[in-house]
Amino acid sequence: MTQPSAAASLAAPAVARWQDFVRLLKPRVMSLVVFTAFTGLICARAPMDPVLMAVAVLCIAVGAGGSAALNMAYDADIDFVMRRTRARPVPSGVVRAADALALGITLSLFSVGVMAVAINVLAAALLAFTIVFYALVYTVWLKRRTPQNIVIGGLAGALPPAVGWAAASGNAPLNAWLLVAIIFLWTPPHFWALSLYTSGDYAKAGVPMMPVVKGAASTRRQILVYSVVLVLVALAPGFTGLGGLLYLGVAALGGLLFVGLSVRLALSRAGDTPPPHDGLYDVKASARPARDLFAYSILYLFSLFAALLIERFAAFGGVNL
Amino acid sequence: MSDPNQESTEAAAARRGRNIAIALALAAFVILVFVITIAKMGAHGTAL
Repeated sequence: MTQPSAAASLAAPAVARWQDFVRLLKPRVMSLVVFTAFTGLICARAPMDPVLMAVAVLCIAVGAGGSAALNMAYDADIDFVMRRTRARPVPSGVVRAADALALGITLSLFSVGVMAVAINVLAAALLAFTIVFYALVYTVWLKRRTPQNIVIGGLAGALPPAVGWAAASGNAPLNAWLLVAIIFLWTPPHFWALSLYTSGDYAKAGVPMMPVVKGAASTRRQILVYSVVLVLVALAPGFTGLGGLLYLGVAALGGLLFVGLSVRLALSRAGDTPPPHDGLYDVKASARPARDLFAYSILYLFSLFAALLIERFAAFGGVNL
Repeated sequence: MSDPNQESTEAAAARRGRNIAIALALAAFVILVFVITIAKMGAHGTAL
């Protein structure tokens, strides 16, 4: 769990403020989880008390935060090595790994318990599965062992829409799993594009990301394959009654651009030469296609889910989009 | 010469902040349980 190089830092905590414990929850990741879970919850079209709706979203947010704290407690040694993560509360020595672990366990139990009591057992079970999958299957088992780490582990990040759907309706039909599939297929191109220009840090930390193990060229090809499959699957909600014309338009046009950027990346030399060490986000010109796809992938996913939300709220107001 | 066992001002302020955060979290939990109870007693949802 902790390498000797990080041990000194981990054993000598500085003054921990409450804000440092909030940082353990990865608030930015939490906000994306809340957004996708809320979309699933709204798309379920099930009658739900607004207060209980807010409680369900709170449980999902706290569960995401709890699993993030567990991840930070376990990964302190490799976070210490990588520039992107070395300022995190545990590797920087501000919060003890044991305290992060305690916070993670407490929040995870709280979120699942409240979800079971206030909402329903299926939503609680899916939330518990998500937390365990992220903290144990991804963080402990896959992350340091296989280049498929973020492919399989991506399931944890993909599940929130199903949790939200189950919270609203008590079940998780095909359309809920379509939303899960979209995030699941989106994860590899998103993270591999990032790792193409930060692979030096992953290699140094011994994390077998795809560019480190299989090389940049193979990674670029796999990104293209996943992108094509993702874009096709993302069209499906437009034909299953989940999404309307607005969604279909966003999925089609956004998907075309996604594949276009993936083709550009596949034809580029991004990741062929080691990234510079002077600045973490100093991207070489040759790696810009990777950076562009990474940035666009966030906008693409956001747009798909935002289109579904807009359609549902418009329908609630009597407008069919 | 300063007492090594004496807590620094910065550490004391940080501890106070953490304690207040825990108190607020506990208060929020009590309110949450109350709100859930009221909502569960008379819940009639709205489908969006």
